[in-house]
Amino acid sequence: MTTDRRRVRRTLLRAALLTLLAVGATFLLDDYRNYQLAVVAAVFCATAGLTLLVGLTGQLSLGHAVLMAAGGYGYALAAAPAAAAGLGGPARFAVGVAGALALAGAVGMLLGLAGARLKGPYLAGLTLALVIALPAITTEVPGLGGGQGLGVPFEGVPDALRGVVGVEQWHAWIAVAVAAAAVTPLALLRSGRAGTRMRAVHGDETAARLAGISPARVKTGAFAAGALAAGLGGAVLAVVTQNVSHGAYDLAFSLLLLVAVVVGGLGSIGGAAVGAVLVVLLPWWIDLVVAGVGLPADVEQRLAGNAAVLVFGVLLVAVTVVWPGGLSHALGGRVSSLARRFRPAPHVPPTLTER
Amino acid sequence: MRTTTTPRPRARATVATLGAAALALTLAACGGADEATPGVTAETVTIGTHQPLTGPAAAGYSSISAATQAYFDHVNAQGGVHGRQIEYVVKDDGYNPANTQTVVRELVQQDDVFAVVNGLGTPTHSAVLDFLNQNEVPDLFVSSGSTAWDDPEAYPYTFGYNADYHVEGAALGRYAADEHPGETVCLLGQNDDYGETLLEGVQIALGEDGVAAHETYETANQDVTAQIGALQGAGCEVVVLGTVNGFTALAVGTAAQMGFTPTWMAASAGGDYPTLVGFLGEDLAPVLLQGFVSVNYLPFGPGGDWVELFSAVNDEYNAGAPFDGNTVFGMSVGYTFVEALARAGEDPTRESLVAALESGDVVGNGLAPLAYSADDHAGFTTAGITVVDDGVQDFVGTTYRLDGETVTTTEPQVPAVEGEGVPTE
Repeated sequence: MTTDRRRVRRTLLRAALLTLLAVGATFLLDDYRNYQLAVVAAVFCATAGLTLLVGLTGQLSLGHAVLMAAGGYGYALAAAPAAAAGLGGPARFAVGVAGALALAGAVGMLLGLAGARLKGPYLAGLTLALVIALPAITTEVPGLGGGQGLGVPFEGVPDALRGVVGVEQWHAWIAVAVAAAAVTPLALLRSGRAGTRMRAVHGDETAARLAGISPARVKTGAFAAGALAAGLGGAVLAVVTQNVSHGAYDLAFSLLLLVAVVVGGLGSIGGAAVGAVLVVLLPWWIDLVVAGVGLPADVEQRLAGNAAVLVFGVLLVAVTVVWPGGLSHALGGRVSSLARRFRPAPHVPPTLTER
Repeated sequence: MRTTTTPRPRARATVATLGAAALALTLAACGGADEATPGVTAETVTIGTHQPLTGPAAAGYSSISAATQAYFDHVNAQGGVHGRQIEYVVKDDGYNPANTQTVVRELVQQDDVFAVVNGLGTPTHSAVLDFLNQNEVPDLFVSSGSTAWDDPEAYPYTFGYNADYHVEGAALGRYAADEHPGETVCLLGQNDDYGETLLEGVQIALGEDGVAAHETYETANQDVTAQIGALQGAGCEVVVLGTVNGFTALAVGTAAQMGFTPTWMAASAGGDYPTLVGFLGEDLAPVLLQGFVSVNYLPFGPGGDWVELFSAVNDEYNAGAPFDGNTVFGMSVGYTFVEALARAGEDPTRESLVAALESGDVVGNGLAPLAYSADDHAGFTTAGITVVDDGVQDFVGTTYRLDGETVTTTEPQVPAVEGEGVPTE
């Protein structure tokens, strides 16, 4: 029990440190890079949940963007009436986040129930169908704004901080804080008993059932947890861009999320962070390079948007061939072997019972 | 079981920390420099735009920014404006509001543009309207007929350009009543603000019950057979189209296959004859589009001075790209921006640019002068009727002006081309 408490305390401490570090980083960044940081944080919420889902329980979700979209729409649907009712500031934000959690949680729960009954490719097919159906849903269901999407109330800098931080920096703070709130529980789940159960279900469902674990409950729970985190990510994106529309959550983005967690390292939260950074910054870096090379305008136009997908594909193949564990595994292995050289060996308890 | 994994979390934490630090450093390393007036240096003025160069709307509109660029090249070759060369940064948003938000932030926060000129699309531009005004970036000549841009109180930096869809709808409605009295008028519209606002415009001219049948389509679905069938069934004799060019062609083609030949009347966004020829083919278009009615507010009739100037610029600086309504539109936008920039003073600021527009001195080159003022940021409020005859689209001389809720007939007053077509003061 004490070790469990120590594990929780250590995870929380690490989360707090990383959050502080990210907030500190916003002071070094200009407006546009703070905006990118906020988007990275939002995507991180989704990839962290997805990496647990795919890496630990082995449930393949091709439509994870839909869960983000549910969060975004949930936020807009709850925050807009709150704004109309004269609510502002943190209260309105809280109402919006509650809306995001409710809608994303509901969708995630339904998917999770299906996930408990469907295996492998069938679940992948279902989630794929969902992401393809999203534009039809948002245009046919009244009140979702069609292709134009929904507007989201603007969250300005609070009076006390005005002059100290800019809008983009403030949004980056919100994003980082929400990401911390979304990912820390996932990290706790992963390293605790729930994580062990997920691995057990992934390894052998019959054996897990014999050990008294309900695979259905574990799978549904993993889906719901991932959905809540993705929903928070969607809410952050909605706040940062003041808009939510289905165009942001298309199939390409869904697949990119999956590629990101595979490249980052399946099942690893650090890998999910690396993946989120890649999803946001890689297309931008490629655009910079393409623009810098000075290609003819028509070639440049043809490359726009397509080059990023190509590089992602190449990266996926390269990483799975060279480091099957993903980038975090490759980097992590190197760092830990380096760290081991400079650090005395960690205390290994003589028996398992001591832990 | 846990024993073996003990070093892992710490290693991962280190990785994550290092990753975050590396990210922060690479990002901080390429920060931009601050200037007094963003985008203005001694030699250059940098402006930006978001355009659909790829995606569903690219076929209809990707040539606009190329035309604007060609006109700016022409101006730069004449020495620019107050000695400054105009640099025009075009970003592709694929007609997807989510991308628009990203590229416009890039333009404003990274490329430090002086103004955003001619951002295209109602759904796309709506997504950045708040952002541009919060950051006090002049948001000029939005390339869309939505009425949302004319709200100086809420959006003091945003100026519309196109005749809005109320103006176009009212002109078409009134023309239908004048030339086709007693006929059944129907409407096929895009299922968004475009289609809805055009419907309101037609209703301004014809009354609430003046539109007998109203069908809508989704851009995501390339099939309008059901809608055309319904219009045919309702006995429509005049069909007003609130469609983009691709869907105009689709609607006309589908109806022809079904043996349904009403009088088509399209808004300017979907009534550009040369573009429609591109969709329907050289042989079919003159047949299917004989008598096709559309509105326009820019001087695009055969043989005019402006068309002559613009086609010369098109040949020299745009590699002789096909000359159509988009070319005239793109170059007219460029002309109007140069006019505004010239009047913003020797050392333009964002404030002086907005002040120049609000002074009412910037008139553009349309059928009627732009009537910008401190409390009016709408673009053109006058639209002329064009008809296709024998494969030539030209004005028939009928011109309507919408003033509040009343539609009046006016005379077109196109300004003359002066000098090399580069406005000074």
